[in-house]
Amino acid sequence: MTGLSLRRIGPASPRRVDVVVVGGGQAGLATSVMLRELGIDHVVFERGEIGQRWRHERWRSLRLLTPNWMCRLPNQEYDGADRDDFMTKDEAADFLCRYAHRQQVEVASGTEVTEVVPERDGFLVVANEQVWRCRAVVDASGAFGRAKLPPLAAEFPAGLHQLAAADYRVPDQLPDGGVLVVGASATGLQIAEELLTSGRRVTLAVGEHVRMPRSYRGRDVYWWLNRSGVLHETIEDVDDIERARRVPSPQLIGRHGCNMDLNRLQDLGAEIVGRVVAVRGRTIQFSGGLANHLKSADLKMHRMLDRFDQTPADGLDLAPPDRPQASRSPTAPRLELSLDSGEFSSVFWATGYRPDHRWLRLPAFDRKGRLTHDAGVVRAVPGLYTLGHTFLRSRKSSFLYGVDEDVRHIAAHLRRYLDGAFRERVAAMD
Amino acid sequence: MQTQSEPKQSTVDNGVNVGALLAAREALASAPEAAQFTWRATCDWVNGTHCTSRVKSFAGLGGEQNHRTEFTFEADHPEIFASEDHGATPVELVMVGLASCLTAGIASVAQNRGIQLHSVKATLEGDMDIYGILGIDSDVRNGFSGIRVSFDIDADASREDIEALVAQSQKRSAVYDIITNPGNVTVTVR
Repeated sequence: MTGLSLRRIGPASPRRVDVVVVGGGQAGLATSVMLRELGIDHVVFERGEIGQRWRHERWRSLRLLTPNWMCRLPNQEYDGADRDDFMTKDEAADFLCRYAHRQQVEVASGTEVTEVVPERDGFLVVANEQVWRCRAVVDASGAFGRAKLPPLAAEFPAGLHQLAAADYRVPDQLPDGGVLVVGASATGLQIAEELLTSGRRVTLAVGEHVRMPRSYRGRDVYWWLNRSGVLHETIEDVDDIERARRVPSPQLIGRHGCNMDLNRLQDLGAEIVGRVVAVRGRTIQFSGGLANHLKSADLKMHRMLDRFDQTPADGLDLAPPDRPQASRSPTAPRLELSLDSGEFSSVFWATGYRPDHRWLRLPAFDRKGRLTHDAGVVRAVPGLYTLGHTFLRSRKSSFLYGVDEDVRHIAAHLRRYLDGAFRERVAAMD
Repeated sequence: MQTQSEPKQSTVDNGVNVGALLAAREALASAPEAAQFTWRATCDWVNGTHCTSRVKSFAGLGGEQNHRTEFTFEADHPEIFASEDHGATPVELVMVGLASCLTAGIASVAQNRGIQLHSVKATLEGDMDIYGILGIDSDVRNGFSGIRVSFDIDADASREDIEALVAQSQKRSAVYDIITNPGNVTVTVR
């Protein structure tokens, strides 16, 4: 278990703190605010600066998918003038910086946690080659630490330029020629649009996806998700939490009046194909199941809009139902794309993100390498907490809007854990 | 069926009328519409996971055609799947289709190449992680992770010639193509 850096540094007098919070984004800042309210001694380590991912690790045109009124954190509601606009990625980072400033959150910027290992009654944490001894660790490093590529990516032919969304900033990064965009969630569609607008030919490989109009009956879709209760559904409300956590991000863009869907992209000239199923030499093969993925997404979207229609809206001035048109598909979607055809020269992976937990050297992972937790409490390692993940406790968990509730739950559990009397029961199950 | 030449040895009889096949090949070359076939099947749910499929008519050679008789196929799942086991599983039927197609191809190619067959036996195994169909792990595919076909062939030919037969049968097999390459599937509700 003991990693390289610990051995290199040696056991020389660690510094002590009760709790180490890893990450200075929305979850880390909110955790710090709540821990302070509960009088818990802690430090916040941030490898870059506050809002690092928003400011430095995303594409330039990115805006939040959620409207401004949903940008809230513990002790701070949105108080700007444009409740219905969408922040740019830099505005989101500014929002977090302002929050840290107003709430006087102290963040150790430029402090990268490289290792957390168990120790009697707690943990040893290595950050910037300095060793800390603590009783609890809160992983607030986020759900989107690194690109999640399918195993097939390794089989793609050499000579093909590959780029993952995490490394993309502007279209000029890609070589001339067509682009095969793999993944049809928010990222894939937004980038596909940007590449099409830059004059490139785009083939979009489409698997399971979530279709969602930007607005419905004159209200933003998040207004509906909030009002209808969808956003507030908790892990107790769903039959299969694993499945709920796997639901891809909805096809949306933070732009008024824009339904970022596959019809729009086809209007702009994109060719849609089934998901990538195999690589044969210099040929990429696509599933023949595109029709089913399109149909399923349309059915699920209508089920959601039906639910919106059933939401009590007494006294509200709502426009009549305006359902999006059925998803269009080529009559015989293409099943192969050969590198030798000259139709594309690069592959863009918009296949999602996963947390980067390589620094967490603890027996807390399942057989697929995912950190196991129960509403953010890592049962396998008492004293370890995690948050900021999709559907951690409710459907809003991964949004700025949902941090508040999750952080209160975790901070309260942490208080009880540190108080010790609770400790043995936690180890079993509380 | 790769060569247009006549069978090399007229004494060889695998029960395949290669002459007729070659004549058809020649005729169809100038009548592409007649080469368009549509195969059909119907499937009725019986109970539980038990279904009965039937094949009778198909279209080709520019018109409606019929099998000599209607064929039926029972499909079900074994008792360890809490089913009643009235027939092979659908995935076993897929393997049956693959084996039948490759074997028919071997007989035809052998006839055309003048190779007398005495026996041909295909043994198939398909591996599957049922985490896929049970929805336990979304990274596991529903279908076979791999299929192995092994042929025991007794024929008046060298091992090399027999291996060439098997290779050629894969090259011209419809089911081998269907399984190894993607194809569009459209499912609708009437």
